[in-house]
Amino acid sequence: MSADKFSNPVVRWIDHRLPIFSFMDHELNEYPTPKNLNYFWNFGSLAGISLVIMIATGIVLAMSYTPHVDYAFESVERIMRDVNHGWLIRYIHMNGASFFFIVVFIHIFRGLYYGSYKAPRELLWILGVLILLLMMATAFMGYVLPWGQMSFWGATVITNLFSAIPFIGDSIVTLLWGGFSVDNPTLNRFFALHYLMPFLIVGVVILHLVALHRFGSNNPIGIDVSGPQDTVPFHPYYTIKDFFGLSIFLSLFAAAIFFFPNFMGHPDNYIPANPMQTPAHIVPEWYFLPFYAILRAVPDKLGGVLAMFGAIAVLFVLPWLDRSPIRSGNFRPLFKIFFWVFVVDCVALGYLGGMPAEGIYVVLSRVATAWYFLHFLVILPLLSVIETPKPLPQSLSKSVLGGAAMAGAASAVKEKVR
Amino acid sequence: MNRGLGFILGFMLLAGNAFAAGGGDVVLKHKDWSFNGPFGTLDKAAMQRGFQAYSEICASCHSLDYIAFRNLADLGYNEAEIKAFAAEYDVEDGPNDEGEMFTRAGIAADKFPSPYANEQAARASNGGAYPPDLSLITKARANGPDYLYSLLTSYKDAPEGQDVPEGMYYNAAYPGYLIAMPQPIYGDDVSYADNSATDVSAIASDLVYFLTWAAEPSIEQRKRKGVNVMIFLLIMVGMSYGAMKFIWADIKKA
Repeated sequence: MSADKFSNPVVRWIDHRLPIFSFMDHELNEYPTPKNLNYFWNFGSLAGISLVIMIATGIVLAMSYTPHVDYAFESVERIMRDVNHGWLIRYIHMNGASFFFIVVFIHIFRGLYYGSYKAPRELLWILGVLILLLMMATAFMGYVLPWGQMSFWGATVITNLFSAIPFIGDSIVTLLWGGFSVDNPTLNRFFALHYLMPFLIVGVVILHLVALHRFGSNNPIGIDVSGPQDTVPFHPYYTIKDFFGLSIFLSLFAAAIFFFPNFMGHPDNYIPANPMQTPAHIVPEWYFLPFYAILRAVPDKLGGVLAMFGAIAVLFVLPWLDRSPIRSGNFRPLFKIFFWVFVVDCVALGYLGGMPAEGIYVVLSRVATAWYFLHFLVILPLLSVIETPKPLPQSLSKSVLGGAAMAGAASAVKEKVR
Repeated sequence: MNRGLGFILGFMLLAGNAFAAGGGDVVLKHKDWSFNGPFGTLDKAAMQRGFQAYSEICASCHSLDYIAFRNLADLGYNEAEIKAFAAEYDVEDGPNDEGEMFTRAGIAADKFPSPYANEQAARASNGGAYPPDLSLITKARANGPDYLYSLLTSYKDAPEGQDVPEGMYYNAAYPGYLIAMPQPIYGDDVSYADNSATDVSAIASDLVYFLTWAAEPSIEQRKRKGVNVMIFLLIMVGMSYGAMKFIWADIKKA
């Protein structure tokens, strides 16, 4: 990379010694990106922006928050009432968590459908699953901080899960609590970790981006780019498309913040934490409900905990479960059907996680949980053997230009697949 | 794949309903509150009446911990009126230079004093039940304003076969129907300076206005700002869409 491309002499002087401008030019400006990406490829940048929004509002909130059981609830109300625009900052942060998860869930399902986890992007995918895991831990600890009824009882239920681990479980729970029940030391360490973990996420996101830029984005057709005719420079083509996506996202986000700020929360969390009074139903935040349903579906405590963590763990090995060389679901007729069944299954798990664990809900939770694991452990490995994929187009440009050459490519691809 | 978004949004709605369903199977009375909807505003006259009703009816048992007298400016009171309200209360302060606690008249910066010294005292005076703090009550209950209005207007004689223990009261809007709070409003409990109606539902409605403001004093500002932000963002959506189409014009020609 030559520094001569910059006309400004100061930029040239700096870039010769510290090639930061060359780096940005290479990775953000001329970075070749498949020209056929659809709107589902907007959610990566939206997730990054959500993370920045959460960190920015979180730091401002931390300036007025008091992590002590006697003052935490009151300090949040002080932010809502007396801090200038504190209500806005807090509603952004509170709803931001939900929107961050919405964006990330769509981003993950996009990866699942278009096979973005397949070679050579396995590590990119694994880093993404790691980000999801860190996000879940961060969100859980953040929900404890206002010290309302759901904060307290959610923390009690979830931390107690670790006691199911044989031999060391009770010690782990004591360590998490910093004592013998959820109390002030728990709140203190959760605050410290809630402040720390977003920066760990930033670190993994940087690795995620490094891995992404090694081979570039996957695309809806799922075949590799064959040359410059298949790509466009990232700027201005995808900067403007991401900006358009961002304005849609911000419109929905703002509608929630300003008109339904408490819709995705639970009213019980506006009641100060009371260790002597258990709420009628303890429900986690909506984005944990599918995992909560899996936890409760298994009658054994340790089994439930293993199933819940297994639901994430199975994602780590997904690249080796689905062995089909075809990435995009568009060309996999059977996979496509099972993908949508899986989406319905996840939505069903989310619904069941919010229902009381009784009667028909228990039965349905067990069926849905079984299907979740069946999809990854049996259906995907099986499909990669028995499925006959549809013919792939020869190149991205051909598909963009209307797929006239698709018939000719069919036989060649079938040979490659077999 | 486009259907994916719809599914995820549907999932959110389902989850939201699952939360709302947690309150039991009572049917709430729905009222068309002025603060509903994106253009909602608070009714200052109703809030002032509600404040009067709160002071004369609720305040004998229920605290209002997060509200200071100075906040009453939102209801349209001027500084002199607020100082006069505050001065009606005795507030413990200190210690003074001699190390003694002392009692003084309230000032605008004071929070509303609690009717009881502590939770135990409150329970002792109310047959073991704890009258909850009212400053967040409309946010701390599902469908708060409708719930509060229904609760205050649904005291009835217990139906045949419903056993009502000593110290409990039948309320059709309370989950489980048995509530420890005796009927607080019977009609004509207060007399308003503006000669507004003082039947049970009118006083209950005024209280809902006052307590909705108390739970979220920024509610009106939030919605007003929200409309402006939405206008800005929708213009941004239109302009960025146009810019995107302009930039992509040479690529998408097929």
